[in-house]
Amino acid sequence: MAENTVILDGTGVKRALTRIAHEVLEKNKGVEGLVLVGIRTGGVHLAQELGARLSEIEGVDVPVGAVDITMYRDDIKGHHEHLPVGKTELPFSVEGKKVVLVDDVLFTGRTIRAAMDAIFDQGRPACLQLAVLVDRGHRDLPIRADFVGRNVPTSRSENIMVAFDADNKPTEVILQK
Amino acid sequence: MGFRHKDIIALKDLTKEEIELLLDTADNLSEINQRDIKKVPTLRGKTVINLFYEASTRTRTSFEIAAKRLSADAVNITASTSSVVKGETLSDTAANILAMKPDIIVMRHSVSGAHEYLAKRVSCSVINAGDGAHEHPSQGLLDMLTMRQKFGKLAGLKVAIVGDITHSRVARSNIYGLTTMGAQVFLAGPPTMMPPGIERLGNVTVCKDMREAVDQADVVMMLRIQLERQGKTLVPSMREYSRYFGLNPAVLDLAKKDAIVMHPGPINRGVELASSVADCDQSAVLKQVENGVAVRMAMLYHVCGGEPVE
Repeated sequence: MAENTVILDGTGVKRALTRIAHEVLEKNKGVEGLVLVGIRTGGVHLAQELGARLSEIEGVDVPVGAVDITMYRDDIKGHHEHLPVGKTELPFSVEGKKVVLVDDVLFTGRTIRAAMDAIFDQGRPACLQLAVLVDRGHRDLPIRADFVGRNVPTSRSENIMVAFDADNKPTEVILQK
Repeated sequence: MGFRHKDIIALKDLTKEEIELLLDTADNLSEINQRDIKKVPTLRGKTVINLFYEASTRTRTSFEIAAKRLSADAVNITASTSSVVKGETLSDTAANILAMKPDIIVMRHSVSGAHEYLAKRVSCSVINAGDGAHEHPSQGLLDMLTMRQKFGKLAGLKVAIVGDITHSRVARSNIYGLTTMGAQVFLAGPPTMMPPGIERLGNVTVCKDMREAVDQADVVMMLRIQLERQGKTLVPSMREYSRYFGLNPAVLDLAKKDAIVMHPGPINRGVELASSVADCDQSAVLKQVENGVAVRMAMLYHVCGGEPVE
């Protein structure tokens, strides 16, 4: 039987994103040259939310883009049924920008590695930072997040799920045992 | 859902969901072709052999570019400069190529069914780049992608296909693909170029008059009349063919106002397509070529690592 524990409810997710927004501003001293890039699909919705908060606080729109990492995966040979490919949409150049990569859950770090390759194929950013809603540990690669909503110690067999409503707004974070 | 075919030989073999998956993938991959650095590492270390027994510039180049944009290594073999002219059989050629461990063979062959013969004899994937008068699946897919981008859907579209239906693999792949996707196909051409019984494929209507097929059509697809082959014997003269089955502005006026004109190329200007029509705003010919690269990337991506359906 799968057992579900709510780790963050709707309010908790909102507070975490608001705090991350302030941390991003503090670290980067404002939004000058800042762009957000979400990793499909959960990260894109969170990047939109984060972008909205940044604009609210600073009164300036922050560009938000999306990367699909399917073509950069390191396990393509293992997939006999190929996953559908999503669209990468970067309506701006990353050249010289401060790029904040946004994802929902940080786990092995392989997705982030793929996303970094995907971004560097489009140009040379000034720097790359990582924001995640949940860090669940178990890294396979030397990767860490700059901004974390919540650290959740998990076992490898457990699963973390970020739920979104019909408008792609995050509703809660669930731990499935 | 995933793609479970080792080979792509005919659109007849693909389900609606599989065609949709290929078109969705192609749609999303097309972004790579707009980048400054047009390359992703997906098929790094894979070898694609383009084995062309028939002349082709567009299709071969398109497959080669598609492979290279996915970081695969592409090697071209043209039959006229290979051992084939020394009398090597297809199965010997296949065995020799296979010994060099390719992952995908993209083949064009003048004999219908050559690909099924090859696919049974090799362990790598086989993609059909045109076999005789049978099928040309990548062309069918890129045509459907072009239509879907313009109209947002395929179901319910009226598509007129005009020309030498009997000898056209482009027509056959489009007929199979479009009817699977729920479009209505109207065919027109000289009786000598219309295969008897083709309307039995379902959702296909044969028209005696080209204007009947084009009337209220969303898409007018003109086929190339093969001047070097059937064109000589099956119609009295090019002038007569052009008068009855060539697309000129007056005939195009019968189609819907936002209809698009398609042609698989190369165009015989003034024969099947009036020059003014070929260059008009409604012409989707160059969009077809552009989409060809993305569609072929999707095909290479999905067969690589796929397992045959038992």
